[in-house]
Amino acid sequence: MQVQTNFAAKSPLPLDAEGTPIKMQARGVKVFYGPKQALKGIDIDIGENKVLALIGPSGCGKSTFLRCLNRMNDTIEHCRVEGLLTLDGEDVYGHNIDTVQLRARVGMVFQKPNPFPKSIYDNISYGPKIHGMASHKDEMDEIVEKSLQRAGLWNEVKDRLREPGTGLSGGQQQRLCIARAIAVSPEVILMDEPCSALDPIATAHIEELIDELRENYTIVIVTHNMQQAARVSQKTAFFHLGEMVECDDTEEIFTNPRDERTQGYITGRYG
Amino acid sequence: MTDLVETGTRSVGSSASKSYYQGDAFAARLRQRYAAERNFKIAGYASIGIAAVMLVVLLSTIIGQGYTAFWQTRIQIEATIDPAEVAPVGTTDRTKISQGNFNKLLRDALAAQFPDITDRSDRRKMYDVLSSGAAYELADAVMENPALIGQKVKLWVTASDDVDQLMKGYIERDAREENRKVNDIQLRVVDKLTADKNIALQFNDTLFTRGDSREPEMAGLWGSIKGSFLTLLVTMFLAVPIGVSAAIYLEEFAPKNKLTDFIEVNINNLAAVPSIVYGLLGLAVFLNFFGMPRSAPLVGGVVLALMTLPIIIIASRAALKAVPPSIRDAALGVGASPLQAVLHHRLPLAMPGILTGTILGMAHALGETAPLLMIGMVAFIVDIPGGFTDSATLLPVQIYMWADSPERAFTERTSAAILVLLGFLVMMNGLAVFLRKKFERRW
Repeated sequence: MQVQTNFAAKSPLPLDAEGTPIKMQARGVKVFYGPKQALKGIDIDIGENKVLALIGPSGCGKSTFLRCLNRMNDTIEHCRVEGLLTLDGEDVYGHNIDTVQLRARVGMVFQKPNPFPKSIYDNISYGPKIHGMASHKDEMDEIVEKSLQRAGLWNEVKDRLREPGTGLSGGQQQRLCIARAIAVSPEVILMDEPCSALDPIATAHIEELIDELRENYTIVIVTHNMQQAARVSQKTAFFHLGEMVECDDTEEIFTNPRDERTQGYITGRYG
Repeated sequence: MTDLVETGTRSVGSSASKSYYQGDAFAARLRQRYAAERNFKIAGYASIGIAAVMLVVLLSTIIGQGYTAFWQTRIQIEATIDPAEVAPVGTTDRTKISQGNFNKLLRDALAAQFPDITDRSDRRKMYDVLSSGAAYELADAVMENPALIGQKVKLWVTASDDVDQLMKGYIERDAREENRKVNDIQLRVVDKLTADKNIALQFNDTLFTRGDSREPEMAGLWGSIKGSFLTLLVTMFLAVPIGVSAAIYLEEFAPKNKLTDFIEVNINNLAAVPSIVYGLLGLAVFLNFFGMPRSAPLVGGVVLALMTLPIIIIASRAALKAVPPSIRDAALGVGASPLQAVLHHRLPLAMPGILTGTILGMAHALGETAPLLMIGMVAFIVDIPGGFTDSATLLPVQIYMWADSPERAFTERTSAAILVLLGFLVMMNGLAVFLRKKFERRW
């Protein structure tokens, strides 16, 4: 991968048209589930410290694309990925990339809150523990506290860290999962419809959180809720039937879409 | 209900025709549905009832036949430990004492109680009220306490099985002598002993402390209990790690292709293979090819492990499959390796199911006789096994062999042995329930 040089560049990453460093890049990404093609060549640039929203009707391949970014698709039988996907210019599907390392750098939050059936503390500390990020109990305590604070959950759970994470409410569980993802200090966080199982208040919490997290992390979020995409993201990509129809600034997509399919979707004509 | 009626009236009022759901045809249909449900319930109650009755019949028969085996008739003897017959006063050497003629001491003691029985053949009949093992019991008592030599000892010794059956009421006193297992002389002796309170039914500790014997009153289950324990220990240490590891590999790591499909089909088939086939395999491979010892718990354990493996693999795979995939996603999502995702998250959650399957498999192995037939474990073995390569037999085998014995006293002992085996099975199943409750977690 060639590194473009730019006189204003602070990071060694290549820049996009607006001067944002490109954290992850997809070029001609195709995904097959057995004989069925789910993605038909996706080209996307994911800017550093930006929120990219993936929208589109069900079955259009947004989640599939998201799961390519940290190779969670590897666990699906007969799933094949073609094309080029890079993280910091490194081929994600290359031979010298280790999936464990990749998933530590590209964390993920799932559609349904899925805390481990363990204590809140153990939920957060599990990742740092297996990566050997803390040599002391004090350090681990600090990581747990910081992660929970970042996820806006610390005040609610600080007195019951030893209680099971599954005993929290749905919204709290999802924030716990976000805290768990943050705890291993990833660079990119992938969120697969993180609010679809939550009520509006919990959703508002998470959206606020996403906006704050943007300062330190690059975020890719899949959502069915177009208002949510409009609220939290800087860039939006519209997927339709395995193709990426359009990817632009969020404002541009929602006010002035170029493709009529995008227009149809955001105005609620289908999907 | 009132709502429905109201709506109904209204609709009748507003339009002439009733809706379909208020018509007679629908009402008849509804009645039919409820009737079907009722009939199904009745059938269910009936099946449960039949099963319960059968269980009660089975248990009551076994208990009814077997409970007397937990008691054994013993006779109190007042014997003089004559140094001339045993060893000089002051001897403490156990082997020297054990060589003494304790039989003669017992006979003399009996003869002293019945001086009127003088005929040789009558005397022999009289001696037969005592078990042939009674002399060993006297010898044991003297070996325990050598100071008894030269003293008078009062000791309870085991009566013969026929006297025991008589005391338990299984032998009719009124039958003619030649049709009776206990002859007239012995009846006289027993009656005198009863009158003197020198004969009594006592707890049968022999049943739990001794190995097998040709004499029912001397036969015990301890040898087979220990044999079963040693064998199951081998089975467990082989089948559980191998079975669970195989299940983890097949469920989590194996590529889904023709070969793994083939393996899966074969594992399922192996679970249904008649158990005697495993015995033949054990004979051919372990005894003939590897030259392992016959009748040994080691070989029995290996054979039973082979038989239990498919059960454990199938149960463990089902338990692993039942853990929601979201847990694995969560673990992989924070960068756990596939093995860590399994060992740290999926395996603990699958533990209750795995344990249940494992213990049920082990209980199955505990009750198995057929595979042991071929490797020499269905045999009359008196000694109590001390290790994995000693000759041993197992509880179900012991039951089979006692059931095959002609003596009346073995009938009740067979039932008693079945009760002991059932007791162990209930304990194992109880353990399975306990462990499942203990490891069960919500997610």
